[in-house]
Amino acid sequence: MDFGLSEEQTLLQDSVNRFLADQVSLDKVRLFTKNGDTDKQIWTSLCTLGLGGILIPEELGGTGLSPMDATIVAECLGYRVTPSSFLSTAVMAPVALIASSKREDLLSASAEGNHQFGLAFSEAIGSRDGSGLNWDGNVLDGTTVFVQDLNADTFLVATKEKHLLLVDAKATGVEKVEVPNIDQTRVMGALSFKRSPAELISENIDVYHQVLDAGRVMLAADTLGAAQNMLNQAVAYAGQREQFDRVIASFQAVKHMCAEMVANLEPCRAMVWYAGHALNEVKDEARVTACHTKAHLSEVGQFVAKTATEVHGGMGFTDLVGLHYWFKRIGYNRQMLGSPELLREEAASLQDM
Amino acid sequence: MDLSYSAEHEAFRQQVIAFLKKHKTLAPVGAGLRSAKTRDWQALLIEHGYTARTIPREYGGFGAKPDLLKGRIIAEEFARAQVPGGLSGQGIAMLVPTLLELGTEEQKQQFIRPTLSGEMIWCQGYSEPGAGSDLASLKTSAVLEGENWLVNGQKIWTSTAQIADWIFCLVRTEPDAPKHKGISFLLFRMDTPGIEVRPLVDMTGLANFNETFFTDVVVPKNQIVGFRGEGWRVANTILGNERDSLGNPNATLSRLNALIRLMKSETVGGISLISMPAYRDRLMKIQGRVMALRFNDMRILSAKLNRKDASLARLIVKLQGTELRHDLEALAIDAMGEAGLCFGESDYLRDGGSWQYQYMYFLGLIIGGGTSQIQKNIISERGLGMPREPRVNANTAT
Repeated sequence: MDFGLSEEQTLLQDSVNRFLADQVSLDKVRLFTKNGDTDKQIWTSLCTLGLGGILIPEELGGTGLSPMDATIVAECLGYRVTPSSFLSTAVMAPVALIASSKREDLLSASAEGNHQFGLAFSEAIGSRDGSGLNWDGNVLDGTTVFVQDLNADTFLVATKEKHLLLVDAKATGVEKVEVPNIDQTRVMGALSFKRSPAELISENIDVYHQVLDAGRVMLAADTLGAAQNMLNQAVAYAGQREQFDRVIASFQAVKHMCAEMVANLEPCRAMVWYAGHALNEVKDEARVTACHTKAHLSEVGQFVAKTATEVHGGMGFTDLVGLHYWFKRIGYNRQMLGSPELLREEAASLQDM
Repeated sequence: MDLSYSAEHEAFRQQVIAFLKKHKTLAPVGAGLRSAKTRDWQALLIEHGYTARTIPREYGGFGAKPDLLKGRIIAEEFARAQVPGGLSGQGIAMLVPTLLELGTEEQKQQFIRPTLSGEMIWCQGYSEPGAGSDLASLKTSAVLEGENWLVNGQKIWTSTAQIADWIFCLVRTEPDAPKHKGISFLLFRMDTPGIEVRPLVDMTGLANFNETFFTDVVVPKNQIVGFRGEGWRVANTILGNERDSLGNPNATLSRLNALIRLMKSETVGGISLISMPAYRDRLMKIQGRVMALRFNDMRILSAKLNRKDASLARLIVKLQGTELRHDLEALAIDAMGEAGLCFGESDYLRDGGSWQYQYMYFLGLIIGGGTSQIQKNIISERGLGMPREPRVNANTAT
């Protein structure tokens, strides 16, 4: 019995954290938000660590680690608001392709860092006005919005029927339009198809849910990391900022804000670990746990994002300090792949309520 | 992550299940603390090692080696079978561990066995009207006169004082020492002349607590645990034990299951509450919070087993656990609507009124055992390393 990270997992966490502290400074994040990852520098450096192929089997050039290991990495990436297609390229697409034994060539290329996926799941999770897809078994027509990682080489598309398709970004009739979004560390957009060739990956609803559960847990872990960083910044700032001849960390009003943040956030760590573990190891609980974990982390993340900003006073509101990158990342994670209300409804239905 | 139990522990679980199956009809449900049924059940549990498990045999315990997982398995299986476990009053939960650590051999021999058996019931004399969150400012005095202490003063929140045989009590013995260094830990009989117990009726309508007054109460000199002036340290060896048991997420889980049953059966306008989105969403929010605290609890247990640090995870349990429990009970009241107003026997009362009672009782637990605000001070100071608030005297404040 050991509920927690193994020694290897602690090492993985330490090495990813060290690497990101060195390679992904806030200045680099700012640069990304202006120019994008044009030379793919951030992604290439993550792939030198083997993170691009974290779930891809070793015989295909990956590192063959577990979803729980990927969860740990997602937390580290969130902590540094790292712009990357980890969710799409390293987690959701590989889970889909491995589960359905498809396109080993793309998995190999992804593990090497030479290929990136994007995600178009909005039609399956909750279609909004102005979108809709039609797949006739060969070609795809219509529009899907709120696509993540728009600069990808290949898109994993989920239809309303919860079928999974692959579409090459350069295929005929594919049109991409970037949709500016609040979180500048992510590239969001809309995809339109006109008789675009698409490859069926899976019609199996279990595969769809396996992919989605993994994605939801990764977003929850990303929020955990981002919120932890905001809390750390708030405590550090309160320890330096003086008003009324005292550091503001000595005022109970400020201390209690910080205590409430950590009291809500610390149990989330165990919850995210369990959700990551359940993906492969406790399959009958994986889906409810993923729903609850992402919903709960969204609520706690929102509270921490607001409170940590307030602890910084006016400086928290500025671009100079840059806290808003974390604030917006947490906000993005909250809506993507299912907002908390939708997730809780799904959790209730799954339990026959 | 390894959530499996060893073969030894699996076998132990089967033993506990078999025991419960065979003996559960003997369990004292609703029997008083003084009843023979309660004592017999306690004796049977000690004999099998299902309570007082690690307390040495020479003092009336079962004498097993400490094994956190076996302790957990016992708690889980008793909860699953909905059978009451061993007695857990303040004497057993707080005094016995203290005596084992700091008592004299004579004190261990005299007090532990009858306390474990349920024959000797204790109350705790800590808080005073002027010493709540700032417990160390307590004023009840004990002056040594010859071979006896003479105790004078007043305690409050002394639960079970009206039935207790003995009290363990913090008193000021060194009035000139700094406040934390002037306290001693005394034990004395509740039938000593000069003790008056007045029930304190609380918002639930019951007297869960008392006020206890001491006027020239004579206590033999040797009925002190630890040395003179060391009482604060003695008390703190066990205050941690008390906090850990408040807001236990496993108790909250069984309450959540009861809430789900209530919301499935309760209807308004012919529609079950659980199928109404607004109520359903609140229920799911609570379920998510219960999950987070249960995994947090597993992490704490595992950290103890594997000697890892989970001090932050532990510091937040009382604050989060009691607040969550209060919110859970509140949802049940809202789900019942007007029926949630019923209090006292009637045809319209659901679940014996337990939701109304617990909703109020847990507000008491948010305050008792270190208020939520004191918890936040502790979390920010010990957990996050933030500084203490500077001291301001009443007469210099402007």
